[in-house]
Amino acid sequence: MIKAIIIDDEPLARDVIKSYLADYPAISLVEECANGFEGLKAINQHQPNLVFLDIQMPKITGFELLELLDTLPSIIFTTAFDEFALKAFEANAIDYLLKPFSEERFQKAMDKFLATGTDTHTQKIPQLVEQLSAQNPSQTERVVIKLGNKIKVISIYDIAYLSADDDYVKIHTAEGEFLKNQTLAFFEKNLNPQLFVRVHRSFIVKIDQITKIESYEKDNLILILKSGEKIPISKTGYPKLKAVLGI
Amino acid sequence: MFLFLIAVFASTQYYTLIIFHIDSKTAFQDSVISNATLVACCWLIVNSLSFYRPKGYRYLFVIIWCKALAALGIYILYLAFQHLQLYVGANAYLFELSVPVRFMFFLLFIGSMAVTSVLWYHQEEAKSINLRKAETEKLTKDMELASLREKLQPHFLFNSLNSISSLILSQPTAARKMVHQLSDFLRGTLRKDDALTDLKQELAHLNLYLEIERMRFGNRLNTEIKVDDEALALNLPPMLLQPLVENAIKFGLYDNLEAVKIQISASYKVPYLVVAISNPFDASTSHGNKGTGFGLASTARRLQLLYNRNDLLHTERQNQQFTATLKIPQND
Repeated sequence: MIKAIIIDDEPLARDVIKSYLADYPAISLVEECANGFEGLKAINQHQPNLVFLDIQMPKITGFELLELLDTLPSIIFTTAFDEFALKAFEANAIDYLLKPFSEERFQKAMDKFLATGTDTHTQKIPQLVEQLSAQNPSQTERVVIKLGNKIKVISIYDIAYLSADDDYVKIHTAEGEFLKNQTLAFFEKNLNPQLFVRVHRSFIVKIDQITKIESYEKDNLILILKSGEKIPISKTGYPKLKAVLGI
Repeated sequence: MFLFLIAVFASTQYYTLIIFHIDSKTAFQDSVISNATLVACCWLIVNSLSFYRPKGYRYLFVIIWCKALAALGIYILYLAFQHLQLYVGANAYLFELSVPVRFMFFLLFIGSMAVTSVLWYHQEEAKSINLRKAETEKLTKDMELASLREKLQPHFLFNSLNSISSLILSQPTAARKMVHQLSDFLRGTLRKDDALTDLKQELAHLNLYLEIERMRFGNRLNTEIKVDDEALALNLPPMLLQPLVENAIKFGLYDNLEAVKIQISASYKVPYLVVAISNPFDASTSHGNKGTGFGLASTARRLQLLYNRNDLLHTERQNQQFTATLKIPQND
């Protein structure tokens, strides 16, 4: 049995897919979700083979939902109008359907899905996300984190600093620390350079959190943050820091 | 190129003078000074033409200017030669003889320089005018396109069509109703005139939009409209409220998972029509830097253009509620 999930915030849009899916008895629609939060829960619970995913949804987008998954099911994006997204789909999704789409167009997407097989894709998620954001010129405004089955949305304005932690990035906020399956290089590229600066191979600091720079042993400098935490500055980080602080 | 030409002139002059049995020192000094003066005159004419480009009969001035320059050049030559004690004594007549020739040569050369530079400047000017024209045209086109896109709101339009496509099978009557609402809404949106409308009409148009959105989002979207009767007949620019309501829906619905209530109220507070539009928002995820949105900025800009005031749009965040308040001045 092939399991499918529909994630779309508009009930009528879900109905369209549901009615088209009725012609595929081998596929069972296990759940319909109205947003990414429900979507994450449903995907973790059912481990579906196929997900119909809308992009613009409440709180987190379809892309942000993908960032939170450990294994990727086959994805068919359904969207009304997203120029930037189209390019991304071609490389990464089974197909994308532009709303409103015809039954023939839907069948074509399903043919593609059935031909590629129903194995879950174990694609490297950070890479996928990186590709998606490379095509989306806007800067990151928020970071979406998975806490078990729950989703935490962190505004970038609440971040004090980021540190590298093996394959993860640790996000330090006043509320606590959160792990994100992502690279520091990704954040360096996507965070507003007027707000954040990479001072070290393993650290990106929010500029307004800096209180002072102190020397530490010989030739070594450290940053003191508002919270009192100390961050090392590397030789390549110091000129960047000087440039953003204008010193 | 120019300097090469001058060098050729100088050497030609030098040999000509030698042929006339003038000693080589004098010939050399003469050719150098004459041609240096010529270069200076040319520089003057080219430069002056870069600041002043004659039109029509004013070309006469250029000819006069060329003649004056040539005469001035010759006079400078005369002074220089006197100073250097060239062509004195028995040779003095040689210089006097050569004055008409020198003058004609100067005039010809300066004149041709003037013509060349006028042509060149004209060409450059035409080029830059064309470039500017192309840029302006492109800008206008981009702006028109942007405003058209904004009016049509592709995201809203395609999602509405998708809803209709969904309803056609399950609820054909509702589908037909939605087609009519969407058509009426688009017709109103694409209307061109900018004449003031009254609140009653504006609300009717807004209602079309809200009903379409309610159809799309089902029971997640609730609206509450409270309007004082006396406010209904008041005037406002058409489509002024639309972007603010769109904003309220966008931020209300995309910032919350639960059902959302958009509130619109209007009243008459002499001499203003006051309209308030509010939506719930989540302070933890929508930050002040971003939440203002395009709708608010363009509304503020429009009010500024229409009434030349920037205090007519006011926004406020309180108790997880975002409110935009508009004051529209009434003339009577």
